[in-house]
Amino acid sequence: MAERILMKGNEAIAEAAIRAGCRHFFGYPITPQTEVSAYLAKRMPKVGGCFLQAESEVAAINMVLGAAAAGVRVMTSSSSPGISLKSEGISYIIGSDLPCVILNIQRGGPGLGGIQPSQADYNQATKAPGHGDAHVMVFAPSTVQEMVTCIFDMFDLSEQYRVPAMLLGDGLLGQMMEPVEFPDVKVTPAEKPWAANGHQNKREHNVVNSLYLQPDQLEAKNIERFERYAQIQANETRAEAFETEDCDVLVVAYGASSRIARSAVMNARAQGLKVGLLRPITLWPFPKKELLKASKTAKDILVVEMSMGQMVDDVKLALECKKPVHFFGHTGGIIPTPAEVLEQLKTIAGGAAK
Amino acid sequence: MTTVYEKSKMLTDAPMSYCPGCTHGIIHKLVAESISELGVEGRTVGVAPVGCSVMAYNFFACDMVQAPHGRAPAVATGLARALPEGVIFTYQGDGDLAAIGTAETVHAASRGENIVIIFVNNAIYGMTGGQMAPTTLPGQVTQTSPYGRDVKTAGYPIRICEMLATLDGTAYAERVSVNSVPNIRKAKKAIKKAFENQIAGRGFSIVEVLSTCPTNWGLTPVEALKWLEENMTPYYPLGVYKDITAEEGK
Amino acid sequence: MANRVTVNEQICKGCGLCTSVCPKKIMVIDRDKLNAKGYNPATVSDIEKCIACAMCAIMCPDSAIKVEKE
Repeated sequence: MAERILMKGNEAIAEAAIRAGCRHFFGYPITPQTEVSAYLAKRMPKVGGCFLQAESEVAAINMVLGAAAAGVRVMTSSSSPGISLKSEGISYIIGSDLPCVILNIQRGGPGLGGIQPSQADYNQATKAPGHGDAHVMVFAPSTVQEMVTCIFDMFDLSEQYRVPAMLLGDGLLGQMMEPVEFPDVKVTPAEKPWAANGHQNKREHNVVNSLYLQPDQLEAKNIERFERYAQIQANETRAEAFETEDCDVLVVAYGASSRIARSAVMNARAQGLKVGLLRPITLWPFPKKELLKASKTAKDILVVEMSMGQMVDDVKLALECKKPVHFFGHTGGIIPTPAEVLEQLKTIAGGAAK
Repeated sequence: MTTVYEKSKMLTDAPMSYCPGCTHGIIHKLVAESISELGVEGRTVGVAPVGCSVMAYNFFACDMVQAPHGRAPAVATGLARALPEGVIFTYQGDGDLAAIGTAETVHAASRGENIVIIFVNNAIYGMTGGQMAPTTLPGQVTQTSPYGRDVKTAGYPIRICEMLATLDGTAYAERVSVNSVPNIRKAKKAIKKAFENQIAGRGFSIVEVLSTCPTNWGLTPVEALKWLEENMTPYYPLGVYKDITAEEGK
Repeated sequence: MANRVTVNEQICKGCGLCTSVCPKKIMVIDRDKLNAKGYNPATVSDIEKCIACAMCAIMCPDSAIKVEKE
């Protein structure tokens, strides 16, 4: 392990990408993720890489498409309104089965919304990152260190499954400073026999494409892609359970709000309440079996998000509405406090005890 | 017997999906022949647009990527940055390049991106059945300008070569036509030159090719050649709009 | 021996562009023939007059014509 250094979340992500073998970055400035671009603008030329500030998010994601088609590790970064602009390209990247890493350091919405931390793009990221039957793998780390380890895994998994990977962070995680260590691993990018990188007169010409005019071919392609999605759902779900073994109330929260929820759970435990926390690390695939396990003893579930309530629907679906699922949240920059969450827990636990 | 002319090996055996007499096929040949004559098939990657030539990836025997509508220059940028030894070209129509993809086109040019753009201008949206394009002529009747393009409400056509020639990043901009054999020969020269520029690392080259759309113009293929000559070339004069190699020679 | 013009009749769409540029007016559309796609393909009416200039082949959008010179 290398030395421990204090880094801002956005800069740690950028450094992690370089160490994970990413030498191509295309982006467009938007608050609160601009440090990713600024850091890479400085670092990429030093490692022989390419940093390019595109004319728009639309162009940036299509540059990602081109570089991914050529077979290199490539990343782009944006925040909520910029991800909406990128969604066209994301759909084409999915439809072309290309690997890449996309960062969404979320801010409040809809529209121009605000520039403060938010988790209101959960549905966009997990349900409809672009048009069509389409998914990206969604990772939601909760610390700067975890952002770093996620980035390494995201490049690998994205290549393994030929499905883009999105890091769903927020302004809070992007802007906070924490100590971080970079794993000392040898990066081995996957073989890419499908890449459009020039056939050198040695093979048939490769085509990277998402157009299938024959309906049976299009359906066959979608079915094949969903078989990969099923493998991802079977093998790649991640979540962290905290104090869940005997809990009466289970809190479910991810990313920045899970940090607040964790404090509330600790405070509740100190006051004798049996509460636990399940923190999904992958949002798609949603960690259903981890949730079922963590909620075994729970009579009530509380979902905490920085939105009007989005992941809460997946929690209800996973539990098949067999247990009451409560929601507490704030939007666009108003961070829920541990005290507020504790209040909710007390109310629910009081009800659960009755 | 010596072969005077035969199909380029840079074209696949797939039958072209274009309407009878559409000159897209001629332009495909010129691109294929140029790449082949320069011996760079093995390191060429082309980018297909959305429009009539969406399936260009089936016709060129080099590696190909299909881009979202208008985004081909951005996709080509990604390819060019990832493949420093690559020969990267886009093949785009007027709706793709001059309407929905104007920003991508202008900025690829202003960056001096080392790519070739083959811009096929037939003054109409072909694939969707003949709607008004950014290059539709004033007064021209299309499905969405049924009384003729009225510049008061629909604005004026865009002259892409003239516009891009003003940018410092553009190395080469020439407008050619494929409505006659002599013009086809000139077009071939221009396209080959654009690829030579890229191989030499001179930056952004665009060749605008005036092309016909007999189906949506409502003309026979032969009448369409004449219509192009009489209506398009006065508005879109043929010629070199920028050539840094000529300027260097001065 | 004459020059040789080979038209790939299966990919010819009978558009007639070749006939419009032939200086000897010997490229014609064969109205008596239909290919699998339903087009009347182009053909040469009098190969003896062919000068192997290849204008027909250069003009053909479907790369359907091969020209060989004696």
